[in-house]
Amino acid sequence: MRFVVTKPSAGAGVAGKARLGALYLGGGAAPPIETPALVVPTRRGLPSFISRDLLDRLPYPDSLLLHLSPIHFVECPSTRTIKNIGGVHQMVGLQDHFFIASPGDSVESLPEHEGTNKIGAAFETPSGRRLINPKDYMEIISSTRPNLWASLADEVPAWVTEKRNRLSIDRTLKWLDDCLSLDQEKGVSTLGAVVGGSNIENRKRCATEVSMRNVSGFYLGGFGLGESIEERSALLNAVTDILPEEKIRFVSRLGLPEEVLQGVAAGIDLFDSTYIYHLTLGGFALVFPLDLLGEAPEALLRNSSSDYTKINLHATIYRKDTSPIVDKCSCYTCQNHTRAYLNHLLNVHEMLAQILLEIHNTHHFLGFFRSIRQVLKQEKFELFRQRFMESRRVHLTEALS
Amino acid sequence: MALQFEVVGRFNRARASKLTLPHYVVQTPMFMPVGTQGTIKGLTNSQLEDIGCQIILGNTYHLALRPGAELIDELGGLHKFMNWKRALLTDSGGFQMVSLLHLADITEEGVTFQSPVDGKPMLLTPEESIQIQNKIGADIIMALDDVVRTTITGPRIEEAMYRTLRWMDRCIAAHKRPDAQNLFGIVQGGLDPVLRDICVRGLVERNLPGYAIGGLAGGEDKDSFWRVVAQCTAALPEDKPRYVMGVGYPLDIVVCSALGADMYDCVYPTRTARFGTALVPEGVLKLKHNAMASDERPIDSTCSCMVCKNYSRAYIHSLVTRDAMGSQLLSYHNLSYMMRLSKDLHMSIVEGRFPEYVRGFLRTQFPKGDVPQWVCNAMEVAGIDISSCCAPVPV
Ligand SMILES: [Zn+2]
Ligand SMILES: [Zn+2]
Repeated sequence: MRFVVTKPSAGAGVAGKARLGALYLGGGAAPPIETPALVVPTRRGLPSFISRDLLDRLPYPDSLLLHLSPIHFVECPSTRTIKNIGGVHQMVGLQDHFFIASPGDSVESLPEHEGTNKIGAAFETPSGRRLINPKDYMEIISSTRPNLWASLADEVPAWVTEKRNRLSIDRTLKWLDDCLSLDQEKGVSTLGAVVGGSNIENRKRCATEVSMRNVSGFYLGGFGLGESIEERSALLNAVTDILPEEKIRFVSRLGLPEEVLQGVAAGIDLFDSTYIYHLTLGGFALVFPLDLLGEAPEALLRNSSSDYTKINLHATIYRKDTSPIVDKCSCYTCQNHTRAYLNHLLNVHEMLAQILLEIHNTHHFLGFFRSIRQVLKQEKFELFRQRFMESRRVHLTEALS
Repeated sequence: MALQFEVVGRFNRARASKLTLPHYVVQTPMFMPVGTQGTIKGLTNSQLEDIGCQIILGNTYHLALRPGAELIDELGGLHKFMNWKRALLTDSGGFQMVSLLHLADITEEGVTFQSPVDGKPMLLTPEESIQIQNKIGADIIMALDDVVRTTITGPRIEEAMYRTLRWMDRCIAAHKRPDAQNLFGIVQGGLDPVLRDICVRGLVERNLPGYAIGGLAGGEDKDSFWRVVAQCTAALPEDKPRYVMGVGYPLDIVVCSALGADMYDCVYPTRTARFGTALVPEGVLKLKHNAMASDERPIDSTCSCMVCKNYSRAYIHSLVTRDAMGSQLLSYHNLSYMMRLSKDLHMSIVEGRFPEYVRGFLRTQFPKGDVPQWVCNAMEVAGIDISSCCAPVPV
């Protein structure tokens, strides 16, 4: 793995720390993944509803970057079987894709701080609570062989006591050392986990400690666990102020478009998000314009429905709507199907609804990240972010009045 | 008539054909996957095309409930609504009512049933069934028949058969688009050869574009099943397609094809996939089984589908019954298997090696030589020597 910051942060303004980078994960021929980038969520290595033949039709190379939750493999297949098959790439038939692993997700392996103890981290899974120690964790890592992996972390919600928060830092640091000592590659693919809850001093201490370790990048854990969006910027910045510029930064569970913009502004490079999954399950499709600087914001507002970012295709207004989800969207769903058909599929609870929605939503969200990189290149990120937030705010106000 | 039926190969009673429908040219024998509500569960159209699906089935009863025939019509028909470019077939809706709704009552007028929406009594007449199917716009539409369980005996069977013929005339009269949609008649008559014979003759007199053999695959014994199929295929015209309704087990399809049937439909391949079962040349493979957890082989090493090329049994074991992807991948493989079976039947007939194909199929399914007696009986009528498959295996 190699990471290059291609356009360092300007260091001024609201978006002062936003930066562009290139992540080289494959061999010589593999294209670099430009950052900021979305790490597409998966269940057991495959997106929830998109099989490999359909995955091939998503934007390239953006869609090569997939998330992996080692906790999904706690039950089966066994690490021995995964090893025999040749790792996760081979097992899920995605040899050309890149996997970035981090301990939990927000769907079926949620960190459960009350069950976590000095032995290991607890996760709430469909088969009950599971306690994972660094050795278990590293066994799954060494058998699945993701391209990058975050160390095991004790992630706690914002409301825990100061004592519990300090304890989580101590454990996370110890587990990082344990993981590194068990890692045959000696940290070459390791993202050191940084925790610290919603306490700035704790965040700083953890970031400082982890920065001293032999890691290739950082995993910012413990976000999206109850902290307010107002306090989050300060917390993110406290961490990224300390982390070395040249190493990659990956944050988990910040998935809403405005949260992504907040993270990018704080200098985050990679985002793992189950936002797409939750949208898809709810029958929502992303519709917000990606070219925010090209159109007048007023026009955007007139075109948009629902809450500006998304529409709910369950709604009866789409019953006879023969337009695609988004005009000019080049995804498989929009090229082939109408809102009316999706409305029908949702009404009769057919799985194809989720398949088609996940395709569109993933495509659209990858497009959002592409737009972010574009405006960063043009040095217009701050304007882009403002426009996005404004449109959203105006819309919300209108919706309420 | 909006179809052309060209037999391109034969072996005794078995035939391979090119069936030209308004939207697609279908090669028979052909299995038709069931897309009840305007979608095959868990597969996209491009995937269905990739695995060679040529014609799929929609259920009139479900489509009429949601999204409604008027809406489908307004939006340009089912082909356009679901953006399926190949052929479609819709059933009459009668069978769904009788099998899904316990309160269905059949009179001369039609099928009375309780609306699942508001509980009010509703009536589906032959005319209405055709009207709805005209709106949906499938390449092949089915006449409303009076369906009775094959296990029922007595005068009810006779009544249903005659009523099916009377309703046939009402369907023909109601059919508004014979130039674009092919109305198939359905042979009824239970397991009674005399009644079946009267029904076949009655339908043939009406010179329909194609014929279906109905009222089977409902729990009758296998010997009765194949005898009805054999009797009907022998009496139906050579130059029209023959469709055995509700048949979907690979063995049944091989036997019916040997007896001269051309088309089949069943929810079995996709339904069994959702329960974690894969169709393989040897029979079935239960992916939920614990032994699969460490099995690094593909589902079927002779299958070249996307699933078998990429995934191990162990990985699919970890998905089945947990993740949607498990049933998606198994449905994909199972329908690939059914399409390969259809293609193999077609090609082996065309290439003059149908008996060898049937023997190979039976040897794989019954390696111990324990081919069921009904299969042996049917193959004798089909003129296919399978004695080498039934020979006792030396111990
Ligand atoms: Zn789209
Ligand atoms: Zn296969």
